Amino acid sequence: MAGSTLASASASPAAERRHIGPWQEAWRRFRKHRLAVISGVVLLALILAVVIGPLVWAVPIDEIDFTARLQGPSWEHPLGTDDLGQDLLARILYGGRISLAVGFAAMAVAIFVGVLVGAVAGMAGGKVDVALMWLTDLFLSLPQLPLLLLIIYLFRDTLTGLVGLELGVFILIVAVIGGFRWMPVARLVRAQFLSLREKEFVEAARALGASRGRLVLRHILPNALGPVIVAASIDVAAAILAESTLSFLGLGFPPDVPTWGRLLFDAKDNLDFAPHWALFPGMAIFLTVLSINYIGDGLRDALDPRRIISA
Amino acid sequence: MTEDDLRGLIARVKDGRLSRRGFVKRMAAVGLTAPMATQILAIAGAAPAAAQSVPEYKPTRRGGGGQLKILYWQAATLLNPHFAAGTTNQDASRVFYEPLAGWATDGTLVPILAAEIPSVENGGLASDGRSVTWKLKRGVKWHDGQDFSADDVVFNWEYSKNPAVATVTSGSYRDVNVVKVDDYTVRVEFPQPTPFWADAFVGGTGQIVPKHQFKDYAGANSRDAPANLRPVGTSAYKFVSFAPGDNLRAELNPNYHMNNRPYFDTLEVKGGGDAVSAARAVLQTGDYDYAWNMQVEDEILKRLEAAGRGKINIVDGGSIEFVQLNATDPNQEVDGERASIRTQHPAFRDPAVRQAMALLIDRNALEQFIYGRGGPATANFLNNPPRFRSPNMRWEFSIQKANELLDAAGWARGRDGIRAKDGVRLKFVYQTSVNAPRQRTQAIYKQAAQRAGIDLELKSVTASVFFSSDVANPDTYTKFYADMQMYTTTMPQADPERFMNQYVSWEISSKANNWQGRNIVRWRSEEYDRIFREAQGELDPVKRAAMFIRLNDLVVGSNHIIPLVKRPTVSASLNNLRPVLSAWDLTMWYLNDWTREA
Repeated sequence: MAGSTLASASASPAAERRHIGPWQEAWRRFRKHRLAVISGVVLLALILAVVIGPLVWAVPIDEIDFTARLQGPSWEHPLGTDDLGQDLLARILYGGRISLAVGFAAMAVAIFVGVLVGAVAGMAGGKVDVALMWLTDLFLSLPQLPLLLLIIYLFRDTLTGLVGLELGVFILIVAVIGGFRWMPVARLVRAQFLSLREKEFVEAARALGASRGRLVLRHILPNALGPVIVAASIDVAAAILAESTLSFLGLGFPPDVPTWGRLLFDAKDNLDFAPHWALFPGMAIFLTVLSINYIGDGLRDALDPRRIISA
Repeated sequence: MTEDDLRGLIARVKDGRLSRRGFVKRMAAVGLTAPMATQILAIAGAAPAAAQSVPEYKPTRRGGGGQLKILYWQAATLLNPHFAAGTTNQDASRVFYEPLAGWATDGTLVPILAAEIPSVENGGLASDGRSVTWKLKRGVKWHDGQDFSADDVVFNWEYSKNPAVATVTSGSYRDVNVVKVDDYTVRVEFPQPTPFWADAFVGGTGQIVPKHQFKDYAGANSRDAPANLRPVGTSAYKFVSFAPGDNLRAELNPNYHMNNRPYFDTLEVKGGGDAVSAARAVLQTGDYDYAWNMQVEDEILKRLEAAGRGKINIVDGGSIEFVQLNATDPNQEVDGERASIRTQHPAFRDPAVRQAMALLIDRNALEQFIYGRGGPATANFLNNPPRFRSPNMRWEFSIQKANELLDAAGWARGRDGIRAKDGVRLKFVYQTSVNAPRQRTQAIYKQAAQRAGIDLELKSVTASVFFSSDVANPDTYTKFYADMQMYTTTMPQADPERFMNQYVSWEISSKANNWQGRNIVRWRSEEYDRIFREAQGELDPVKRAAMFIRLNDLVVGSNHIIPLVKRPTVSASLNNLRPVLSAWDLTMWYLNDWTREA
């Protein structure tokens, strides 16, 4: 295979040639993944919309207007209204903030715990490794939904008493979703660590006297990040969907907080005569999840130096 | 109008000095509806000769109506009324078995196997309220040709109250004594004066099974009786076949004890599916004549009705969707118990706050935009039968009045717009079950409350948790660990005694009774307790009705209870079908009179 031709071509001996770091290289490779780039733009647009949107489209999210029930898109209500005449655009923008925040925060939790457990297991080996992998297997075998219900039932009141209802539910959902999605990440990271720590460049660093911490942070972890980022992108999507599930069961945010999942839940009974109501929040979830997945796809290609990127 | 005036008027009608129409007019002048006025006359013994509680039966001969197809989206599994948990089994049993009398939708009794309805006038009711004597119809035969007699009636009492048989109807028979007077007369005796005497042998739990079929199975072997699946009854339709959980077939009974009935030659009751597809099968495709319990949003029903084949039948009963304002403090623990009766709600103890809350819910919008025909707005908790409906309660939606009330009571708006007084903020947790119309109602209430400086924190609990009787779960409606909650309560009988005991002090739901008490809002009133006790022993129907009206006014007037909309039962039928329905009895309670018009 001519896998190394590109790399060697760019690594010409001319000393004044601009040095290309690994992140720049990754970005260069990412740009070649057209779908990933488009997805990045879409996701960025969505994020900007939910962050800035409510400032621009300043219609209240809970303004009930019975004269405008179940209206399709119009100039007054660009995405139509629900059965109480509430403006859907405002609700979707507001709900997106929560849905996206939940998604990214839960992802961060899952990645943090996963990387930590995986790295410790991969580096320590021996009994620690075995114990941690048992723990991982244990978590993998737990039935998620019943446990989720149990945790929410046990801690919701305490937590909402401490930090208020919406923040409490937010913390709980993020912790629960994050706490149940770190296991694949931990396994991935551990596998990466096991193979990387025997690699020559790690041996070389060790021979130069690098401390264990430096080995992990400077040499092994950056090389293990590829699959982690991919897993992270999938987790964001899963967290958004999990929040929808909880809202659907009435265990998520209060019913008047229009998260995307809640909007879908409310719309489902009216699907045949007010399809716009379900269509737009559904589209928002769909676009977010799809674009994040494509971005993950592009990142995996970009971060894997062995992979050939044509085109 | 005082009770004395009312009595005077009734006496004049009885003497013929005042026409019935004149009576109704006078009652209307003081705000009583015409049906209520005629009800008062009827229970006071001044009823017209033929009270029309069921529509006139037109066919002049038996049979000739072809097939009647009924759809139940929950299927029956057995055909013994004494084991029938749930209305589907009760209804399926009622196809074959009959009670002594049934409840018409106006809340009056209609004789079925009884020759007449017992009353003080005909000597059926003891004047001390301790017994009722039923005269049975003569010449009634079971489907297998045997005669129906008082022995069968007495047998049903013995059978039902026997713990070894383990019936679900035992509650109606356990505490009474039944005596055979002669072959066609039985007497039901009560341990104490009982104004509501029509429970045993009446309605859904009163269906009578034949002694000769069940006498060998009246013990621990009761579940093995072949007749549990192959019923032999007295009704208009005879058994043909039954597939549990699927369908039930029956045919015309040529020896039925009512003339010219039934109209249909064969009958099929098909089970299974879901409410929306059942609605489609009647309203859209016309495959079935009748479908039971249409728990479908009114918008959808309206669009299906537009096909022009069928219609929706709405039968007004006693069920009501209402809001409770907790009388106790859900956030304070006393001896490990929240919402303890020893506490008072910090905000709702002020009548002005409760009154403001009652002014802030737009019932008109609820009826018009959310519940449709399935939820007419009401100001009363006790709505039916009509003679118990209070004319005194009014509802109003006015944010402005609520604001004025709260201003006057000293609840001043804080910087965040939420009113407070003496450190108590008007911020309430408002819980209900997960159900689309209920979440809409929450949203409407919240918005109006916000404009009056009250913040409602909405909470929705999944229905299987909210309505469970799980003692360990804090989210059940009986625990009521919230400031406000909303649900529908049902009224099982045409008599309000069981319904109105929801506000007596000895029914208060607490840790001591494992939250099984019926007074969930934990409201207490000595006056209410006293009138309720009096009503329990009051044999005079007019006085008793007045007492229940007073009870309704007391609890609604306190504003701890905010009635929203009535929840009638909704069913679908083809345009040409003439079903006879009742809110107080089973769907099949008068199946013998169902007909079809050309």
